[in-house]
Amino acid sequence: MSVTDHARAPARRPRRLISNPMAKIAALPMIMTALVIFIGCSLWTVVHSFTKSKLLPSTQFVGFDQYERLWGTRRWLASVENIAIYGVVALVFSLVLGFVIAALMDQKVRAEGAFRTIILFPYSLSFIVTGLVWQWILNPDFGVQGIVRGWGWESFTFDPLHNPDTVLAAMLMAGLWQGTGLVAVILLAALRGVDEDIWKASRVDGVPAWKTYIFVVIPILRPAFMTATVLIATGIVKLYDLVVALTNGGPGIASEMPAKYVYDAMFNKQNLGQGFAASTMMLVSVLLILIPWAIFEFGGKKRG
Amino acid sequence: MLDQTQTALDGISVSIRDLQLSFGAVNVLQDLNLDIAKGEFLVLLGASGCGKSTLLNCIAGLLEPTGGQIFIEGQNVTWAEPSERGIGMVFQSYALYPQMTVKGNLSFGLKNARVPKDEIERRVTRAAELLHLQPLLDRKPAALSGGQRQRVAIGRALVRDVDVFLFDEPLSNLDAKLRAELRVELKRLHQSLANTMIYVTHDQIEAMTLADRIAIMRGGVIQQLAQPLEIYNRPANLYVAGFIGAPPMNFIRGRIEGSEFVGPVRMPLTGYGWSEGPWTSGDTVFGIRPEHVKIGDDARHCACQTEVTIEVVEPMGADTLLWTRIGGDEFRIRLDGQTTIHEGQTLPIGFDIDCASLFDAQSEQRI
Repeated sequence: MSVTDHARAPARRPRRLISNPMAKIAALPMIMTALVIFIGCSLWTVVHSFTKSKLLPSTQFVGFDQYERLWGTRRWLASVENIAIYGVVALVFSLVLGFVIAALMDQKVRAEGAFRTIILFPYSLSFIVTGLVWQWILNPDFGVQGIVRGWGWESFTFDPLHNPDTVLAAMLMAGLWQGTGLVAVILLAALRGVDEDIWKASRVDGVPAWKTYIFVVIPILRPAFMTATVLIATGIVKLYDLVVALTNGGPGIASEMPAKYVYDAMFNKQNLGQGFAASTMMLVSVLLILIPWAIFEFGGKKRG
Repeated sequence: MLDQTQTALDGISVSIRDLQLSFGAVNVLQDLNLDIAKGEFLVLLGASGCGKSTLLNCIAGLLEPTGGQIFIEGQNVTWAEPSERGIGMVFQSYALYPQMTVKGNLSFGLKNARVPKDEIERRVTRAAELLHLQPLLDRKPAALSGGQRQRVAIGRALVRDVDVFLFDEPLSNLDAKLRAELRVELKRLHQSLANTMIYVTHDQIEAMTLADRIAIMRGGVIQQLAQPLEIYNRPANLYVAGFIGAPPMNFIRGRIEGSEFVGPVRMPLTGYGWSEGPWTSGDTVFGIRPEHVKIGDDARHCACQTEVTIEVVEPMGADTLLWTRIGGDEFRIRLDGQTTIHEGQTLPIGFDIDCASLFDAQSEQRI
């Protein structure tokens, strides 16, 4: 290998220890931030998840005790189950809905700019606002149920927030309302980049529009879908404020989420070790998804 | 009535009747009539915005005309879907499906139309042979050069087994050398297939070399429809005369008095091929192509002679371009080969009336 390299490049550019010093100096703060905060603090957290830390971090190691307790806690198990359901459904629905909205807006509609603003608007709100708004909408006394009952349908019942079976669906409704617009706008921008002649070619080929979307356009949009997926996925993993604003984990523990478990353990129950263990589990699950994807996307053979 | 139409369309592949297209208040095509014979190579030529691509898109069914009718192989297809018209189309940007292999690109439409598998195989193999695509069948478009991509795009039209091929500036995205190669390849393809081909371009060399007939368009109207050399020799109006030929035709403004053209030069008009009777008076534009101007000793035998001072000499190897002025207007002379003539030199030039064109200064039509 190295022999052929030499044969191909007999003259080599001299390697300087520091080329482009200004650029490196300028990048230094960000490099430090990444090293100290992202990697350093993550490692610190992982290490301390194996300790007996309570109110303050301690270095008394207890092995996997914190994890055993974590996986024996009903509330944590419920949180994991909830985020799995919420995550899969939110991911699938926001991609599908976002794409459908983008495709509809790509049909040369009038006042497209206005539609785009309206659709993206929820994304500009904080999850706290979204949570409050939907809490009011779904409130049985002055939300949808109250309005319909006011019209005279006295037996109408629509109270998803106070039913453990439907509370996740209600949270999905709020989450999708906020997040789908961004997906739609990202995909719309990508759709605009698709050569119009490709549409003409598929019409001449006699391929119906839906088939063109599935077999031609969506593969072209793969990078945009990737971007959207990463954005949605990070939003799902760190889901916290929506839960707090909408249900505060209730009714009971029906809408608990891992991030909320971490927060409560660390700051309400003075149990840092549990919080570290839980957040380490979150980190591991993210890495489990991210690493295979990164290997598939960037590693392996260079595909031509 | 139907029978009449049928006989009228015998031997005609594509027939366009009173075609109109407007976007809002803008008329892009106006009462356009055009008959294209079976197996003919027709080129639609014009500057950008002249409506040539719009016309092609109407024939393909990608644009709905505002009025008029289109017949392909005797069928009224004015309202038919593009895929039902028996056409194949090749686009300027190639418009290949980027995530499919070459083979996938060629067979996607056929699979969708539920053509039997062995038939798809047969057609793809044939197209690949004709276009030298066999070694590329499993590659994706991103791994192909521009010329190869365009050949795949042509192949995609070919496998449809259709009567009429439509080309929308297929060579414009290629560099000059590839363009020349693919041009010859297209001409060979037309000779071996004998399909009707309609070809849109703004490149007059493509038009002259490929076409059986050229339709020169301007403002949604066909200015002249004729064989390439007829257009070159007898342009129908000032626009066509100035559009075809590089460098373009020289124009000298003046008037006809009796049997003479009088302007910065005098020119006896005996022997001119009049289009509509001999004119004896009126404002006229006299046109002569740069390559028809003679200099030196050759000029002495010409019917019209004058002297000019050369301002610029442009040697191009195979020929030489001389720039001068007659009556204040730019005047170009093209000589074969190389010359020792230099800037500032004064020399006699002359031209013959049988190479010249005369146009009515008002209507700009050939007279």
